[in-house]
Amino acid sequence: MSAATDERILQTSPLKKLLSRPELGSVVGALAVFVFFACAADGFLRAASLSTVLYASSTIGIMAVPVALLMIGGEFDLSAGVLVTSSALISSMFSYQMTANTWVGVGVSLLATLAVGAFNGFMLTRTRLPSFIVTLGTFLMLTGMNLGFTKLIDGTVSTKTIGDMEGFPSARALFASTLTVGGVDFKVTILWWLGLVALASWILLRTRAGNWIFAVGGNEDAARAVGVPVAKTKIGLYMGVAFGAWISGQHLLFSFDAVQSGEGVGNELIYIIAAVIGGCLITGGYGSAIGSAVGALLFGMTSKGIVFAEWNPDWFKFFLGAMLLLATLLNAWVKKRAEANK
Amino acid sequence: MARFRTWAVIAVTGALSLSLGACSSTGGKRAEDARKAAAAQGRAAVNTPRWTLAMITHSGDGDTFWDIVQSGAKQAAVKDNINFLYSHDDQAQQQAQLVDAAVDKKVDGIIVTLAKPDAMKAAVARAEKAGIPVITVNSGSEESKAFGALTHIGQDETIAGEAVGDELTKRGRKKALCVLHEQGNVGHEQRCDGVAKTFHGTLQKLYVNGTDMPDVQSAIEAKLQADSSIDSVVTLGAPYADTAVKAKADAGSKAEIDTFDLNAQVAAELKNGTLGFAVDQQPYLQGYEAVDLLWAYKYNGDVLGGGKPVLTGPQIITKDQAAALAEYTERGTR
Repeated sequence: MSAATDERILQTSPLKKLLSRPELGSVVGALAVFVFFACAADGFLRAASLSTVLYASSTIGIMAVPVALLMIGGEFDLSAGVLVTSSALISSMFSYQMTANTWVGVGVSLLATLAVGAFNGFMLTRTRLPSFIVTLGTFLMLTGMNLGFTKLIDGTVSTKTIGDMEGFPSARALFASTLTVGGVDFKVTILWWLGLVALASWILLRTRAGNWIFAVGGNEDAARAVGVPVAKTKIGLYMGVAFGAWISGQHLLFSFDAVQSGEGVGNELIYIIAAVIGGCLITGGYGSAIGSAVGALLFGMTSKGIVFAEWNPDWFKFFLGAMLLLATLLNAWVKKRAEANK
Repeated sequence: MARFRTWAVIAVTGALSLSLGACSSTGGKRAEDARKAAAAQGRAAVNTPRWTLAMITHSGDGDTFWDIVQSGAKQAAVKDNINFLYSHDDQAQQQAQLVDAAVDKKVDGIIVTLAKPDAMKAAVARAEKAGIPVITVNSGSEESKAFGALTHIGQDETIAGEAVGDELTKRGRKKALCVLHEQGNVGHEQRCDGVAKTFHGTLQKLYVNGTDMPDVQSAIEAKLQADSSIDSVVTLGAPYADTAVKAKADAGSKAEIDTFDLNAQVAAELKNGTLGFAVDQQPYLQGYEAVDLLWAYKYNGDVLGGGKPVLTGPQIITKDQAAALAEYTERGTR
């Protein structure tokens, strides 16, 4: 190759291209964990077991996708876990108190949840406070509101059941139904999850908005200088997380009829862990939607694999932590190798 | 090098003989090992096939109460030749998924808590459909039968609360404080409501953050300072009783501290009169009976209680009984 060739139009070999993918490390990790539990855990490979693992992964994965996008955009959302519960509570309480068709509650919940996302994004871009602080504030306020409003309106700590209300069966079909494929039951959340991964991948890799997300996460000032609408992008990303929370929240509500107001605390970290295991950089600007799905899958396999392997669950968090460290190290190493090869 | 080795041998021998000579004749690891050896004497008492039972609770990480439930279940498992599996998650959805996983594993029986009944309904139904017998423990006495469980083993929270209310009335108390350490726990609300039902004085509720002991202490302290007419404090879990004692001392209050549930500390404080009384739901029994009854069902088709909940409590424990129980609380079975 002559020295005059522009490095931007340089042909890279498929292998090098593969090595530079952000999710490579997590895919290798996921394969290793899969093989490991397939050998160590009796019954792990059974179709019903795998469907349970996929379901567990999907409930995390649905949130891990928008959280990963947000992290690529360089921000955090600590309110994501309780926002799921808020979303379910709003939907349930609105329908019940107004004796409205449950779809009305679902719609109101979507608007309210998106409003919380917009609030996060707006506060962040307006005040220039770190997202850690802004969303920590939202997290605490939502936790308090979840309990406060539920007790105020329903008098108890969980909502009343809306299972006998109009619109419930169709909403359940959309958010919490079970599909039987070849005699094995699959939860519909798996489809939602795959759909979100596809949508997010398309946005990231094929649209202008995707470029903006990488740009604001990589270098916000540089992005602003070349005309990227930074505030709009970030607000959009937070609303994306809110949208994910809405789907998860509706799933919770329509699979269980009633919602416990104190739930969801701590789940925000699980979503972030899934995104990081999947190759998102904590500093932003790097990562993928597929990676977050692999991260969620790793999470689902480990949490249920330990049960199938009949291990003492006291050690679950230890495995999770070790996996997080390993995945991050592997990622850093792969990234360095890929950059050195350029 | 040879010299180094000689010195090392001397040092190791010295350290060994020193540690042997300086043994404590009471307590410590040795006493614990002796107790365990005594308990493990119970080899399987039956020759039924080695069935696998899974217990899935709503416990958080590292909870004393659930440790006691587990030790009861494990004891029964040894005796009944059972392979006992335990898992837990305090998030309803995760707990339901753990039940799903147990069903996928095709275990021979499932023991589950229904602290969040709505969330567990589908998972329990799936177990029934797969032909796996289910016993509910601890919480969910109202839903257990409707969900198709064989039986429920636990304490009725309202009845336990009523027992406390009776005891407070008997002790001539006028104004009591009910300290709830977990907002959102239905069982906790039922306990306090039960107390209010039978207590002849007035009862106030105080919500504290159970995962933050300093917060619990300062909240109780502030309440006692604000209202000096409070003459009794009822905590809903054993670890909080001790915190209430400290808060009482700091607030200079004369209130009597009473509690739900037992632990070694509570037993000791009952014995020396720091605490008034404790109401025990006997968690050991909840684990032990659940495993034992599933075994009896598999072996003999037996069901206890005719489908009605089998109550493991409440047992009111005062100074008189506390002395006898101290030994059990220390080994972690009461």
